[in-house]
Amino acid sequence: MTLDTTDRKIVEALQGGLPLIAAPYAKVAADLALPERELTSRLQAMKDSGVIRRIAAAPNHYKLGMTANGMTVWDVDDAQLAALGARVGALPFVTHCYERPRALPMWPYNLFAMVHGSSREEVAEKRAVITDILGDALNGCDILYSTRILKKTGLRLRKRG
Amino acid sequence: MSELDQIDRDLINRLQDDLPLDHHPFAGLADELGLSEDALLSRVARLREEGVLTRFGPFFDAAAMGGDFCLCAMAVPDAEFETVLTKVNARPEVAHNYERTHQLNMWFVLACETPEGITEAADAIERETGHAVLCFPKLQEFYIGFRVAA
Repeated sequence: MTLDTTDRKIVEALQGGLPLIAAPYAKVAADLALPERELTSRLQAMKDSGVIRRIAAAPNHYKLGMTANGMTVWDVDDAQLAALGARVGALPFVTHCYERPRALPMWPYNLFAMVHGSSREEVAEKRAVITDILGDALNGCDILYSTRILKKTGLRLRKRG
Repeated sequence: MSELDQIDRDLINRLQDDLPLDHHPFAGLADELGLSEDALLSRVARLREEGVLTRFGPFFDAAAMGGDFCLCAMAVPDAEFETVLTKVNARPEVAHNYERTHQLNMWFVLACETPEGITEAADAIERETGHAVLCFPKLQEFYIGFRVAA
C-alpha cells in the first residue's frame, strides 16, 4: 500500500499512540482537520493492507512479572528448518519466531525464538521443550537474556517538509 | 507500582487484542468487564503511568508501507557502553534496544521507510561508534503471538 499525504499525516499523528479518551478518533480527526469517518476509513484501509497490524496496547513484560526474557537462538540444519521452525513458532510460550541469517564465525544460529517467563528456571524448562523438538537437526544453541530495556519507542516516521 | 487486581489483569490481556475502529472503541470492552467507560479509561491511564502498558495505539508494519525492519547487534566493550548507547538511541530509526547477556550485548531493531534505509542507518552507526553492526534481517516468520498473559 502506498500512503498518500493524508495517510502519512495520520501515521505521524498516531505513532506515539492514541489519546486515552472515550472518543480518541474524534479528537485525532479534529486535530488533523478531517472528518472522523474519513480518518477511520483510512485506518481501516491500513488495517486491511497490513500497514496496521492491530490497534492495541503494548505491555511491559518486566512489570507483569515476566522478568526473564530469553532470546533463544539455534543452529538448525537448513533442510529441516522450515518444518521445525513452524513447530517451534506454534509453541504457546514462543512470542516471536524467525529464521535469520547466520553471521559466521561469530554467530552460527539461524533460528530465533523469544521465550518469556517469571524466572530463568521457567525459561530454561521451556527451552528444553524446543531442544526436544529440534532433535538431531540441532547443531548448537544459546540463550541471551535481556538485562535492560535501553529504548522502546516503536516506529517513528521522519517528518517530511 | 500498585498491585494489579483481576480487572487490571483482564484489561491488560484484552487490550492486547485488536480494538474496533468505532467512535467509542473502549465501550464494548468496558461492558464486557463490567466497568463504565470512564472507569476503564482511568485504569488504562494508571497502567500507562505505572509503565505496565508502554503504549496504546496502532502497531504499524514498516514493511507493509514499503519500508523495512531489521534486528541488529553490536559487541560493545563495557567501558564504552553508555557512550555507544547514547549514539545508537539518538537515531530515530532505532525502534527498540535491549542489553543482552552475550559478547553481542546490544540488540536493537531498525525501522526504516525504505529497505535502503536499514543499510544507511547501520553504516552510520558503525561510523559514529567505530564498532561493527551485524544485521539479522528476518528471512522467514514462523509466528507472531505478541500476547503476554498478565
